[in-house]
Amino acid sequence: MSDTLSKIEKRTAYILILPAVFLVFSIILFPIFANVWISFKEVGLKDIRIPEPRAKKIVKSIKDNPDQLKVIYKLRNSSLILEIRDVKFQDKLPKNIKPINLDERCRVKSNKIYCDFGNWEAKYKENFQILLKSSDGKQINKKELKTIKPKLTGKSDNILLNTNFTLKNFKKVFFQNEFFDLLSTTFYYTFFGTIGSIVFGILTAQLVNQKFFGRTFMRSVLLFPYVGPVVALAYTWELLLDPYSGTLNNLLMNFQVIQEPLNLLGQKYLTINFFGFDLKLRLALTTVIIFEIWRYFPLAFLFILARLQAVPKELYEAAEVDGAGPLQKFISITLPQITAVISILFMIRFIWNFNKFEDIFLLTGGASGTRTLPINVYEQGFTISDIGMGSAVSIVIVALLLLFMFVYFKLIGKRADEN
Amino acid sequence: MKTKNLIYYALISSIFLFSLVSIWKILVTLQGVELKNFNFEIIITLGIAISLLNLIIGEKLNYLIKSTLFAFIFTFVDGYIVQVMPVWYNIGIFAILIFFTLKINKYSQKYLASEHSSQIVIFDFLTLFGIVLFSFVILFPFYMMLITSFKTQAALLINPLDFSINFKQDFKELFKSYFVIFDTYKFGRYILISTFVSVGTVIVTLLFAIPAAYAVARLNFFGKNFLSTSILIIYMFPAIVLVIPLYTVFSQLGLRNSVGGLLIVYTATTLPVAIYMLQGYFRSIPKELEEAAIMDKLNWFGIIIKIILPLSIPAISSVALYVFMIAWNEFLFSLMFLDNPNSFTLSRAIQYLSGDAETPRQYLMAGSVVVTIPVLLIFVYFEKYLVSGLTAGSVKG
Repeated sequence: MSDTLSKIEKRTAYILILPAVFLVFSIILFPIFANVWISFKEVGLKDIRIPEPRAKKIVKSIKDNPDQLKVIYKLRNSSLILEIRDVKFQDKLPKNIKPINLDERCRVKSNKIYCDFGNWEAKYKENFQILLKSSDGKQINKKELKTIKPKLTGKSDNILLNTNFTLKNFKKVFFQNEFFDLLSTTFYYTFFGTIGSIVFGILTAQLVNQKFFGRTFMRSVLLFPYVGPVVALAYTWELLLDPYSGTLNNLLMNFQVIQEPLNLLGQKYLTINFFGFDLKLRLALTTVIIFEIWRYFPLAFLFILARLQAVPKELYEAAEVDGAGPLQKFISITLPQITAVISILFMIRFIWNFNKFEDIFLLTGGASGTRTLPINVYEQGFTISDIGMGSAVSIVIVALLLLFMFVYFKLIGKRADEN
Repeated sequence: MKTKNLIYYALISSIFLFSLVSIWKILVTLQGVELKNFNFEIIITLGIAISLLNLIIGEKLNYLIKSTLFAFIFTFVDGYIVQVMPVWYNIGIFAILIFFTLKINKYSQKYLASEHSSQIVIFDFLTLFGIVLFSFVILFPFYMMLITSFKTQAALLINPLDFSINFKQDFKELFKSYFVIFDTYKFGRYILISTFVSVGTVIVTLLFAIPAAYAVARLNFFGKNFLSTSILIIYMFPAIVLVIPLYTVFSQLGLRNSVGGLLIVYTATTLPVAIYMLQGYFRSIPKELEEAAIMDKLNWFGIIIKIILPLSIPAISSVALYVFMIAWNEFLFSLMFLDNPNSFTLSRAIQYLSGDAETPRQYLMAGSVVVTIPVLLIFVYFEKYLVSGLTAGSVKG
């Protein structure tokens, strides 16, 4: 009895989860594996279009012969690289119209023309003609003839499905793609963005954890950058930071903080004279990192605030009795209480920042030294139109992420053992 | 009273005063008032003088009289001697000074003698400073977005610092950018598409997620643990690595440029977190209710509809709002999959608009306001649900 019950339970469970699992599998897991497949292939953006046989129909009247018409089909293979095999053609004729001197590849059957064109090589073109004659002597309606569209079918190889593999993409990724430059930019962006958002998260959480007028309002406001749409915020920042008509530069110049406008998003390096040393600051990269911190510190804030509110008040009261100042209280009570949250935050923010695409894409498009790996995926795949390369870069990203997760869990696991 | 504490108190409070006054000056400059200097030295000196006088006078004067007196002196020096400013500027400065002097009123000579007082003073002022600064830094871009959408191209070019809006002008003139984006750039259509995609994603995600979450929370089956851990790992996988394969497959299937294709992708990417959030909540519902239902011979469909759903309205709403927000704000997939202006979402439409260098910035900002306002309104109104959703779902973004 219980056996059948548990069987029913199992079956129900599978029915319930199946749709979700199927969808996630096909949209998330399948592409990850497909990436591996594509990354070993030489595929360009134009190759992924399946070759199609196409025909453009042109109807022409013939001089001195009003009851005859000439129809020209401009036939072509849409692909410049692949052949199409076994092309079949089909077109309907209006009533009482018959073709004369029909091409030998074709035949007529109940008002329809069928043709077998055989194989078309890449770039194949042909002007295929048919002469039509009305059988009842009336003039043929040209418009009616034009509106009927011919149907063509054919078989072709899908470049994605054949088994020609190459290591070329990976060679290019590592040796011709300024790989280490990309990697270091990505790392800077990720690391400083993560640290910055956590630091500001701690500061703001500490702030909101105190009682003051307008505290709930402040909490909502702090989350605005995180809930706002990235497109709107990125363009607002772009206008704000514009070197000529941007508000920030004009304000700074108005108050004589700077003499020349700073191109905060378009300048790769800014040389700062620091006690006689020339320091080179990566200006555009710093700006996108600041944007990133601005946008994502609310998440850290939310997490840390939730944790802070769970810290027992007695701890602080006891510390006060012992004569501890605010700084001491923060270091010896608050910080230990939030380290666990911070370490989780560090991991998830690190992973997400590592893969951040939209923010940089919208602000700089990857120019002026802000090209990170995700931006490179887009550039390779869609700007340079090399799908295979784009996939190879994606694979590198996934591999680095797995490596990071592995190291992180090793370290965290070790620390947990020690405690 | 310790000298060290005194110095900290005077310095920190005057720096705080300086930052308040400076932010006010920035806002005033943005109304077209000519103001070229923060007058750092003068303000700091005045601030130190006021904070020291505050200690010396102590409680010999009523605190209200004391505040008003300080405020008057400061306003007079700043607004009439150093530079001559309009009255409304001085009213603002006066208000800031009243606020400031009421804050420092709490410190007395006795207070500053205690051991940790300098730290407490620093913490107090840092808190105030933080509140003012963070509010300013966060709200300013939103403020700029809104103001720019009401300006004209010419006004923006003549003086980029003039944020004042002429409310006397015709209603149609004032909202011109909005009329243009709705008339010329078809934003009405994009709002509809965005709404359709977002609401559709919410509905389909819930349809898929509720049964799956119920199964994970309640039923025993082979591979359950594996499933619940892989949900989170899958969620960590970034969208950018899915883009190329999805693009190729969608191109070949003819799903690009279709709203349906976008809906499938959004649903799949939000499903893991939806399942994760819901199953956590379902676990907290007492099992006895369902056992009674099984006695009544309800099947799983009946259990979910009649028992689980009514009890988990809060969790479902927070999932729904969270998913809506993600779908509404999503940009990467809409950039990849849509290149026909007839099927753009709002985000994609704004990006398309900005691709043309000729597009005046006020149109861009009007579009940005249109895409931002719904999310912010929803967020403010349903904050309680969304915050719990954000903390549970947490990582996306």
